[in-house]
Amino acid sequence: MDLALPRPPEEMLLGFTLALRAAGVDITADRERAYLRAAAALGLDDPHGCYHAGRATLCGSPADLERHDTVYAAWFGGKTAVAGQRFRPPAPTAPAALAEVGEGGTESDQQESQVAQASSHEVLRQRDVATLSAGEKAELGRLFTRIQPRAPRRWSHRRTPARRGEVDPARTLREMLRRLGEPGRVRHRRRAPRPRRVVMLIDVSGSMSPYADALLRLAHRFVSTGLPVEVFTFGTRLTHITRPLRRRDPDQALVAAGDAIPDWSGGTRLAEGIKIFLERWGRRGTARGAVVVVFSDGWERSDPEALGEQMRRLRVLAHRVIWVNPHRGLAGYAPVQAGIRAVLPYCDDFLAGHSLATFEEMTEVIAGA
Amino acid sequence: MESPLPFTSPADLAAALDATGYLADDALATIAWLGLHLHRPLLMEGDPGTGKTSLAEALSEAMGIPLIRLQCYEGLDATQALYDWDFPRQILHLRALETVPEQGRDVNEIEQGLFAERFLLARPVLQALRESPCVLLIDEVDRADDEFEAFLLEVLSTWRVTIPELGTISAQVPPVVVLTSNRTRELHDAIKRRCLYLWLDHPKLEREIAILRRRAPEVSHALAEQVVRAVQALRSDVELLKPPGVAESMDWARALHALGTRELDTEAAAATLGVAIKYREDADRVQCAIERILG
Repeated sequence: MDLALPRPPEEMLLGFTLALRAAGVDITADRERAYLRAAAALGLDDPHGCYHAGRATLCGSPADLERHDTVYAAWFGGKTAVAGQRFRPPAPTAPAALAEVGEGGTESDQQESQVAQASSHEVLRQRDVATLSAGEKAELGRLFTRIQPRAPRRWSHRRTPARRGEVDPARTLREMLRRLGEPGRVRHRRRAPRPRRVVMLIDVSGSMSPYADALLRLAHRFVSTGLPVEVFTFGTRLTHITRPLRRRDPDQALVAAGDAIPDWSGGTRLAEGIKIFLERWGRRGTARGAVVVVFSDGWERSDPEALGEQMRRLRVLAHRVIWVNPHRGLAGYAPVQAGIRAVLPYCDDFLAGHSLATFEEMTEVIAGA
Repeated sequence: MESPLPFTSPADLAAALDATGYLADDALATIAWLGLHLHRPLLMEGDPGTGKTSLAEALSEAMGIPLIRLQCYEGLDATQALYDWDFPRQILHLRALETVPEQGRDVNEIEQGLFAERFLLARPVLQALRESPCVLLIDEVDRADDEFEAFLLEVLSTWRVTIPELGTISAQVPPVVVLTSNRTRELHDAIKRRCLYLWLDHPKLEREIAILRRRAPEVSHALAEQVVRAVQALRSDVELLKPPGVAESMDWARALHALGTRELDTEAAAATLGVAIKYREDADRVQCAIERILG
């Protein structure tokens, strides 16, 4: 690499961090400073110096490393950058089948309009999100704040002081110490309840696209409540989107998550998606003892047996497996598809998830798991 | 806080690690050297068995300084990681004092005597700060809970610990800190920002053979090569729940050597498979594929 620069090196390096930030790597000022120091320590004449310094100081995950390498090649290698994939929210599909709900009571007096709005909210709550118009979806988005996720509980290994329970030697001895060695009251401790991890696996393939927006909003509710939640999407690839969903504003969070998801509305490889989740995350601990919620219609084009096998693996790791199928709430639904039949033996709960009301019920099931 | 750095360049460090039997590639040597130079902790992530923990061991050996290890687990707290008072000894001390005649006692003195250094149980982090220069290995930090990370943050940035009864203990020289994580959960950004990040992959064929030869010199070159080829084929071609790491290929080669095997054939492989493959489902799959791989 020729470093006969028209600009001072630090400008070149900081420009690179800007480009990297634009590519989606979360870079803070102290990371930039560490990068400059590391590059200086290795010497700018070392062709690999900037490269390794950047990987070590600016990145924090394998995904970051990948982005770094791409931007590095573009910035220092002179290639043009690849345009990032932007979020295209799935277009509203079916037109609203029922009457326009949002407009009831426009010419009535205020009280009536409030009643009408309340009842229109009630209707909206029950409606299948796939049949909503864009305006209704926006209205529904505001109603998501009604969902109040609570975490399921588990018993921590850490003991906390309690009135009853096993004897706490350290605190009992400390009490004795306070009395200069005379035996005092016996202290107790017990395991305290802690929130149990919830893992959400959201199918974003073509057949689920009418629900993707609502499901991501639901996931955002869970993440923003501060519970231990991990969210993944899968279609043809597995994407970890907990971090983009951490943004407070739901719309911004959705756009950030959308940027991270490369396989919107593509095909489904359900078995493959679950398998990759288990390999990269699940078996290492993310699924261990967790409540795993899979949002999918179970449309599996490949071998349903492979799907059953992956679900069995998931079942033995997780505390509880909940399958949410938007079609389950439709009239006349029966679990006949091969995919769903293969997974049912390994699910603790099989729930509907097509409307706000069903999301609320599901939230209760998760809290009680 | 500056200490003379024993290595002038990444290549120099790589050579020193090499001498201890740890073969570091370009990226690893560069980042480890930067960590020493900038006094920053190293955060190593990667599949199990790629040499995250052994880097800490090699660093301590190469630099001739002690290794202090903290194994993380769920529920790990400050009394396990930092320090604790030795209550039973304190009580014994008090009881012993009772035998001293009344007029000889001074309450203040007794109190201060109770919280002296000799009643302090130094756990790994405090031990590392006191004994630095040393290598502090914080193994599998993803297993500890988030609260513990917040606590580490303080130690890793200021290199000091405050004990209310004793005062502040700070390191003369910052210890070399290596954190490892298996990515069972995402670590907090604040801790990642303070560290240099390194992702470790399984080594390439030649490198793995070299590692094997270095770590298990008793194994013949031909056998080592066969084992590594088989393991690499298992990693890439066969769908396994837990692909064997370098540690497993090393164990496998040693096991075969111990059994007097000269050449890895289907029979020897089937008999010793349990050394490298730890899941029943995997064993079934490997049994099916082993002939093709060795053939």
